[in-house]
Amino acid sequence: MHELSICQGLLRQLLPIAAKHPGRLIQVVLRIGPLSGVEAALLQAAFPIAAKGSVAAEAELVIEHCPLRVRCPLCDAESEASANDLRCGDCGNQQTRLTSGDELLLLSVQFSEESNHV
Amino acid sequence: MCDSCGCNITPGNQHLPQRGEAVAVLQGLLAENDHQALHNREHFDRHGVLAINLMSSPGAGKTALLEATIARLKDRYRIAVIEGDLETENDAERIRAQGVPAIQITTGSACHLDAHMLHHALHKLDLENIDLLFIENVGNLVCPAAFDLGQRANVTLLSTTEGDDKPAKYPLIFRAADLVLLSKIDLLAVLDDFDPAKAEQHLRNLASSAPMLSLSARSGEGMEAWFEWLAQQKCSHQAVNRRSKL
Ligand SMILES: Nc1nc2c(ncn2[C@@H]2O[C@H](COP(=O)(O)OP(=O)(O)O)[C@@H](O)[C@H]2O)c(=O)[nH]1
Ligand SMILES: [Mg+2]
Ligand SMILES: [Zn+2]
Ligand SMILES: [Zn+2]
Repeated sequence: MHELSICQGLLRQLLPIAAKHPGRLIQVVLRIGPLSGVEAALLQAAFPIAAKGSVAAEAELVIEHCPLRVRCPLCDAESEASANDLRCGDCGNQQTRLTSGDELLLLSVQFSEESNHV
Repeated sequence: MCDSCGCNITPGNQHLPQRGEAVAVLQGLLAENDHQALHNREHFDRHGVLAINLMSSPGAGKTALLEATIARLKDRYRIAVIEGDLETENDAERIRAQGVPAIQITTGSACHLDAHMLHHALHKLDLENIDLLFIENVGNLVCPAAFDLGQRANVTLLSTTEGDDKPAKYPLIFRAADLVLLSKIDLLAVLDDFDPAKAEQHLRNLASSAPMLSLSARSGEGMEAWFEWLAQQKCSHQAVNRRSKL
């Protein structure tokens, strides 16, 4: 379970961004793929614990999931795959390339209109 | 659809800002770790150190493999080991008993090594006098795969006592492997439900073309092919290093 340490890293990434914006941080949006090595549910659970007392204490964590997709170099098809079966959905070739599914990204953040600094 | 009643909010865009200020960031969540890993890699390359990260579940035979490997190769390469473990110094002591330096990282509650922990340990080693550095990661089939340490290659062990479907259950760590070792094959005779061909099939279904070698640190069977793989890695690492210095 390393989701807590990932949250702590996330908060360090948020610091300089929050410092540049006057509003309150109200939302943090991540994109996480099924082959990223991170469990979205665990991250969701760890976030409020890690965020307590930080710039993101009141922020909602939104996790955008992305599909697992592979491209086949043989038949050039792109198909949906599952984490333990990345074969080409068209021809069954095993040597495919992941086109989506290992993302682990901080996409965007949202600040409120009202200012912190009154 | 309109912009007033909320009917335009779909699961895909519900987090999009309604008001206030949205800021696009688009940074990797492991950016800190990846940055440190890059730095570690530069350390290794500058000193001509080939770093190999060993990953497996607890008890798959990483330390036993290292003991047998050091016994056989220590006259050929200057070897050192970084040991990751939740608690004890036991593994480092087993390695030191083989006559090579070992640094123990006790991770406490962290279930994997990260690039910062590794960097800290690196400064306790004389990299100039090391050819081959093994990193024994914390025994865990989930977390270690997510954290780049700066290694040149990943080796994932699967022991015959664990079941041949482990690559299907833990795809990430097996996909990350540059080499998969089926360990403890001396036990195959008594474990009639482990089929090496099935294990390989599961691995191939992960779109991995990593070689899979079978060996036993106990009986010595299959160890030659592992030593050859290491020699090839050493060779190609030197070649890459030389070219980059031209
Ligand atoms: N039969 C057999 N046992 C082994 C072999 N390699 C390791 N073991 C045993 O498996 C246990 C765990 O080994 P260890 O190297 O400590 O695993 P690690 O946790 O991955 O470092 C020990 O009791 C070893 O003696 C092997 O090749 N054959
Ligand atoms: Mg060990
Ligand atoms: Zn972890
Ligand atoms: Zn195909």
